Amino acid sequence: MMSAVVLQMACVAGLLGLAVLAIVLSRSTIATAVIYSATMVMCLTALAGSLRWLLGGATDATGLILPIGLPWLGAHFRMDALAAFFLVVVNLGGAAASLYGLGYGDHEASPHRVLPFFPAFLAGMNLVVLADDAFSYLLCWEFMSLASWALVMAHHREAGNARAGYVYFVMASFGTLALLLAFGLMAGPTGDYGFAAIRNTPHTPYVAALVLILMLLGAGSKAGLVPLHVWLPLAHPAAPSHVSALMSGVMTKVAIYGFIRVVFDLLGPPTWPASVVVLGIGSITAVMGILYAMMETDLKRLLAYSTIENVGIIFVSLGLALAFQANGQKLSAALAFTAALFHVLNHSFFKSLLFFGAGAVLTSTGERDMDKLGGLIHRMPLTSFVVLVGCVAISALPPFNGFVSEWLIFQAVLQSPDLPQWALKIMVPAVGAMLALAAALAAACFVKLFGVTFLGRPRSPAAETAVEVDRYSLAAMFILAALCLLAGILPGPVMDALSPVAVEILGGRLPVQVHVPWLSIVPISESRGSYNGLLVMVFVAISASSAVYFIHRFASHALRRGPAWNCGFGDPVPAAQYSSGSFAQPIRRVFGTLLFRARDHVEMPAPGDTSPARLRIELHDLVWEKLYQPISGAVGFAADRLNRLQFLTIRRYLSLVFGTLVALLLVLAIWS
Amino acid sequence: MQMHSLAFDISHTLAGGLVLISFMMLYQDRLYSLLNVFALHALVLAMSVAWQAFIQDAPHLYLTAVIALVFKAIVIPVALHRIVKRLGIHRDIESAVGIGPTMLAGMGLVALSMVLMLRVTADADPLAREDLAFALSVVLLGLLVMVTRRNAVSQVVGFMSLENGLVLAATGAKGMPLVVEISVAFSILIAFIVIGIFLFRIRERFDSVDVSALDDFRGERR
Repeated sequence: MMSAVVLQMACVAGLLGLAVLAIVLSRSTIATAVIYSATMVMCLTALAGSLRWLLGGATDATGLILPIGLPWLGAHFRMDALAAFFLVVVNLGGAAASLYGLGYGDHEASPHRVLPFFPAFLAGMNLVVLADDAFSYLLCWEFMSLASWALVMAHHREAGNARAGYVYFVMASFGTLALLLAFGLMAGPTGDYGFAAIRNTPHTPYVAALVLILMLLGAGSKAGLVPLHVWLPLAHPAAPSHVSALMSGVMTKVAIYGFIRVVFDLLGPPTWPASVVVLGIGSITAVMGILYAMMETDLKRLLAYSTIENVGIIFVSLGLALAFQANGQKLSAALAFTAALFHVLNHSFFKSLLFFGAGAVLTSTGERDMDKLGGLIHRMPLTSFVVLVGCVAISALPPFNGFVSEWLIFQAVLQSPDLPQWALKIMVPAVGAMLALAAALAAACFVKLFGVTFLGRPRSPAAETAVEVDRYSLAAMFILAALCLLAGILPGPVMDALSPVAVEILGGRLPVQVHVPWLSIVPISESRGSYNGLLVMVFVAISASSAVYFIHRFASHALRRGPAWNCGFGDPVPAAQYSSGSFAQPIRRVFGTLLFRARDHVEMPAPGDTSPARLRIELHDLVWEKLYQPISGAVGFAADRLNRLQFLTIRRYLSLVFGTLVALLLVLAIWS
Repeated sequence: MQMHSLAFDISHTLAGGLVLISFMMLYQDRLYSLLNVFALHALVLAMSVAWQAFIQDAPHLYLTAVIALVFKAIVIPVALHRIVKRLGIHRDIESAVGIGPTMLAGMGLVALSMVLMLRVTADADPLAREDLAFALSVVLLGLLVMVTRRNAVSQVVGFMSLENGLVLAATGAKGMPLVVEISVAFSILIAFIVIGIFLFRIRERFDSVDVSALDDFRGERR
């Protein structure tokens, strides 16, 4: 029997081999089918291996040292419960995306730009999770970033994609720089970069605080924390849809893995002020992310912004875990931590599902703008059904999985009166209120997404002639939808599967849930709250079907078809339907006036002019305008000044070298 | 002990002489005289290296001394003389900075290298310390010559004298392998050949070896 880590590394090697094979096959017609099906097999194998590890309850971690990388260090890889959980997320997402790609890839105009990087990207994500020393971690992190960058640039001739790739590149480099500094600080002057050595070194509070901030910058920029999120809504939609699903559903999770690994595992016992920072940033990210999403009319950009919201929710939950852990409340910490991991899993399910759905809409209509879609439920009924499931799940409605994880997070919020620090006692309920706001806005946002895209009448000829997508894409979406439902009605086994991770990282765990009767979950105690997804589903099913029955039994025969009251306007054009902008208007008025400087301008034609009046909505992305534009302006200014250095005389260059040398010698003379 | 002290004094004198000759280079405004001073520089270097060979009992250093004498004191100055004659630039006065400020800067550089080297190498062999301090002075003065001249030939001379400083440092430290010295010597020779070829190319193109002609060619003001 192969040890778990060897099996994982073999799968990674297989994926890398597939990347090479994809280059060889690049122009062949069978390449798409071969590469995606083989990638799926690899991901499923790796998924089976990591699931076996997680469910088997194995507690002894196994490592592997490869003689590559730094000669005195080698490359360490290790499998433990945390890694196993994130490997499940990565490989499940990878397998689903490969299955989807089998169908979606046929529509790809330039498969040779996608196929080699797709398995390489998956291999990179697997490697980041498995890495057990700082050097391999950073190397694999960069590999993952570069592979995903190549995928973002796959359609580099489309408008905006080159800019998206550039912004992503800059932000990824910045993030890696922050990670590099964080690991450098943790390794200390002795410079032992193995995770085991870092874990056993005590860190001063000063170093711990700096590392936390650097991790929030480094992992946070990859995960999409506000205000480091700017690349995410540009880059995620630019990639092909199954890659968008991987980037949004899985790669942000790999960043969260990095944060957990460093802040919870390597840095040693947390302190409570750390949790204040994480809670604050997480809650701002959650609310800002969903408000951005609410303002958006592009299907994939909306989903990318919603990813930012979910990352914020996960970080809030991690902040709660930090707060409880710092005060030694193991049970509450395990509750918050399990909730965070559960949400990681859930988000990877429904965000992948929704991106697949957006990809399906994109392939059959060629449109991403919601205001040009509509009425797709009649032409794409199956896609509409699964997207509805995804929308309900991400809106945290029972009986789906999103509800369970958010319910657990709120259970953790309710434990906050037990915290001794007044700052946290006051802050945590406020953060809970922000979460509640984000959850409500998320529901509104996804009502908008589904309603505008799939209901009503088609707003463009493309939407009118849409056809259902191929069966591979549908299969991938249906599997994910089924997983959303399954995790929603049977949360107990999932929570039990997550408990080894909590034991390993926090040293505490939730009570075993499988033994609770009737498949309920009772995270803390019966008096604090319990939830039974199955019961809710049965209730929903019975009440809905009885309502349907009663309506059809007593009302259907009385049904009359008559003209609808049209407010006095005959035959309105489809464009007059509720649009994405009009749906969002109340929320734009309430929140957007301050946060986005939203203004509605009505442009009335001059008297006698027969052209229609126009409503123009003005929105400003203040993060971009107030933070990033000044920075890029300053860099441009400095570059212009330094540009003169390129046109000096030979003697000036020599003088420059000479002056630098003398200055350095002077520094040495004064310093030593 | 007496012998050691004498050996120390002599090598000290020779290294100090090298610094002095570097100073002499700073105020030569005629190319022929600059080349003559450079030949003297190389001669003193050869003597210094030979003396080091004697007191360190390292026969291979004699070879280095011979290389310095033959190439740097004879071949290169003679070759440069011929180049200057063929280019017809022996009358050029070409320092970009006045002699006074140059000399003051040179003194500052020597002071800097003394302060620095004597402090950094506090626990080294005293002979090596002095030697290194002088060598650093010679290197910095060579750079100063390169910076304050406009003419390509005198920049070559500055570069060569800089290299002399490197050889001085290398021979002052005990146990420097011969290979290193020979490779340094040959790289300098090759650099000299390349620079010589370029001199003629520049001359062919611009009718001058004043490097400002290159800047004019690039369309920039000095």
